[in-house]
Amino acid sequence: MPMSPKERMAIQRQAVPAQDALARAANFNEVNLGFTTALAQLEAERCLQCKNAKCITGCPVAVDIPKFIDFVAKGDLKSAAASLMADNCLPAVTGRVCPQESQCEAQCVRGIKGASVAVGALERFVADWARENDAADSACAPATGRKVAVVGSGPGGLTAAGELARLGHAVTVFEAFHTPGGVLVYGIPEFRLPKAIVANEVERLQRLGVKLELNAIVGRLYTIADLRRDFDAVFIAVGAGLPQFMNVPGENLKGVYSANEYLTRVNLMGAWDPSSRTPILKGKRVVVVGGGNVAMDAVRTGKRLGATDAVIAYRRGKEELPARLEEIHHAEEEGIRFELLVAPLKVLGNAEGWVCGIECQRMRLGEPDASGRRKPEPLPGSEFTIDCDLVVSAIGTRANPLLTQTCPDLKLNKWGNIVVDQDLMSSIPGVFAGGDIVRGAATVILAMGDGKTAAKRIDAWLRR
Amino acid sequence: MHRIIANQQLAPAVHRLVIEAPLIAKVRKPGQFVIVRLDQGHERIPLTIADGDAAAGTITLVIQAMGHSTKAIVAMPVGGAIRDVAGPLGAPTHLMEKGFAVCVGGGVGTAVVHPIAQALHRAGVRVISIIGGRNRPLVIYHDELSRLGEVRVCTDDGSWGRKGLVTDELKDLCAAERPDIIYAVGPVPMMAAVCATTKPMAIPTVVSLNPVMVDGTGMCGGCRVTVGGQVRFACVDGPEFDGHQVDFGELRSRLGTYKMFESQPCDDGSCKARRAADQITQQQQQ
Repeated sequence: MPMSPKERMAIQRQAVPAQDALARAANFNEVNLGFTTALAQLEAERCLQCKNAKCITGCPVAVDIPKFIDFVAKGDLKSAAASLMADNCLPAVTGRVCPQESQCEAQCVRGIKGASVAVGALERFVADWARENDAADSACAPATGRKVAVVGSGPGGLTAAGELARLGHAVTVFEAFHTPGGVLVYGIPEFRLPKAIVANEVERLQRLGVKLELNAIVGRLYTIADLRRDFDAVFIAVGAGLPQFMNVPGENLKGVYSANEYLTRVNLMGAWDPSSRTPILKGKRVVVVGGGNVAMDAVRTGKRLGATDAVIAYRRGKEELPARLEEIHHAEEEGIRFELLVAPLKVLGNAEGWVCGIECQRMRLGEPDASGRRKPEPLPGSEFTIDCDLVVSAIGTRANPLLTQTCPDLKLNKWGNIVVDQDLMSSIPGVFAGGDIVRGAATVILAMGDGKTAAKRIDAWLRR
Repeated sequence: MHRIIANQQLAPAVHRLVIEAPLIAKVRKPGQFVIVRLDQGHERIPLTIADGDAAAGTITLVIQAMGHSTKAIVAMPVGGAIRDVAGPLGAPTHLMEKGFAVCVGGGVGTAVVHPIAQALHRAGVRVISIIGGRNRPLVIYHDELSRLGEVRVCTDDGSWGRKGLVTDELKDLCAAERPDIIYAVGPVPMMAAVCATTKPMAIPTVVSLNPVMVDGTGMCGGCRVTVGGQVRFACVDGPEFDGHQVDFGELRSRLGTYKMFESQPCDDGSCKARRAADQITQQQQQ
């Protein structure tokens, strides 16, 4: 007997069980524990199964959300998994890292008066169930005999690879690092996205026939011209892998990291594990400059590596923090200190060249700037110092020129991002691009959306 | 997997490995490097490509065993394998096509100077090499460099060639005949001393830097160095830079970031060379 809308409306949004804040601030185990089957079913019953489902329009990869949730509500997890995975190549990843509050969940009608359906938590639940129960992927289409090179094994590259393989194309993914996953393995920490999950997603793709070439640096070992010769099409998804620094004095002191270096050492190179041989500076007092997801990852990593004071220094206010809402909540629960409306002026060092503090000034928000956000302006005379022994710059990344500079035919914009048309094709026929190398630093799910779109367009182009 | 074809000890704690890397061997150019990871759990080690054989599909790496990972690499027998070799990385050496070049190599840096000298020689440039070490057993690549031109050896204890520093020999050489360019690779204090020697004479001097590095593709920024007041990434903008513009003090400091993680004896002659460099700087200031 299906529930009446009134009965559904009466169910409260179910909280996702999580590790105790005090305990988790000292370990690298995953923070969220995920729904139990009972909790997931109860949460799924909250979905009103809208005919005109707005949530789908909020999803960059257009997952048929009501459909998979309906299967969860009915207890048919196998069908839920099949439905979800047909739309989304990496659901165990997106269920954990998507900013649902500004995408699917922002569109949920239940959010108008009350709390939206916990779409992200349900997605994660279904993906985890599928992995633990070896749910089979949908089969690939018959081989087309066409070869596609995918450059970069981050979220955009992996999604494109999966979709292209399903369409019957022979796909080879080129990855510069020794481990596939891109930002999913070097950037996002274990406590937010366990690396075993990424490895499993990659294995799934390999079972679909996707080939992986590691330590293969396109721009050095191969050029795009080489790949274009050996493959029928190329998809470039190399991300925005060039760290921006604060451009303040003292930035080259020992104890100043880019977030990329700090997180890569801890995540990809395994320094979070005390038995690892990767050296990492463990600050007692860590200041992370920035307010995005990467800044939250870095500051919470600092806390877990033993910092007694772990601080976010962000030049706008709390409302403007670009990080996922859940990460901000989790950081607060873990005792992260927020210095808001604060900008760095100078990193201070001791006689031996080690960081000993950071001089900052207070800001206030002025008129909106070109980005539409209120522009921070310095408050004269508000300079102050935060004592610290580690500074992490997490103020964004730009396009890495390593690949593009060896491909003069590739049209770039003034920031070095690849220019593409509405089909995501670059200025070189048969060479497509997506994700951060096109958009500038954005999100995992937008890169995945590009990967999915590019796969369709590449398929169409190959069959033209 | 990259099979080890040869492993020869050149000097105490310094080994020459020839490894299979056919793709890299085909495209590598002088001045470029690779990042090597012996196996899972090991560090990523940047190593300059000392030589390569495109036909045989091999590259040659010279490794000084200092930390855990480098010690493990040199201990690998022939027939063993290195899991990860990523490259070629870095910008190739900017080579001149005629004239007179002096290549200065200190300790294991001599192996890095070798491919540069080789390319210069091939291009028709006259090459003199000045190489040094603390004592005779620590001087490497003498025979290989001899095939490319005159080689002058300096040792701290006089056990081979001139008793003294490479900068002593360089000063005399420059006084006798002005080189068009100098390439210097070795411990930071040696490169600083070479630059302090050649700057007053305004002889262009190229150095190859080896700062702390993770990815080698410009992603981490750990290898940032200050050159002419600008922050540059050694892995993509370098590793070679105009030595007269390099902030060696900052480089030396940053190289000490992880000193507490390794127990490293001062066997590369850097202590002595540092004193010499400081002396030169003091003299210039006076």
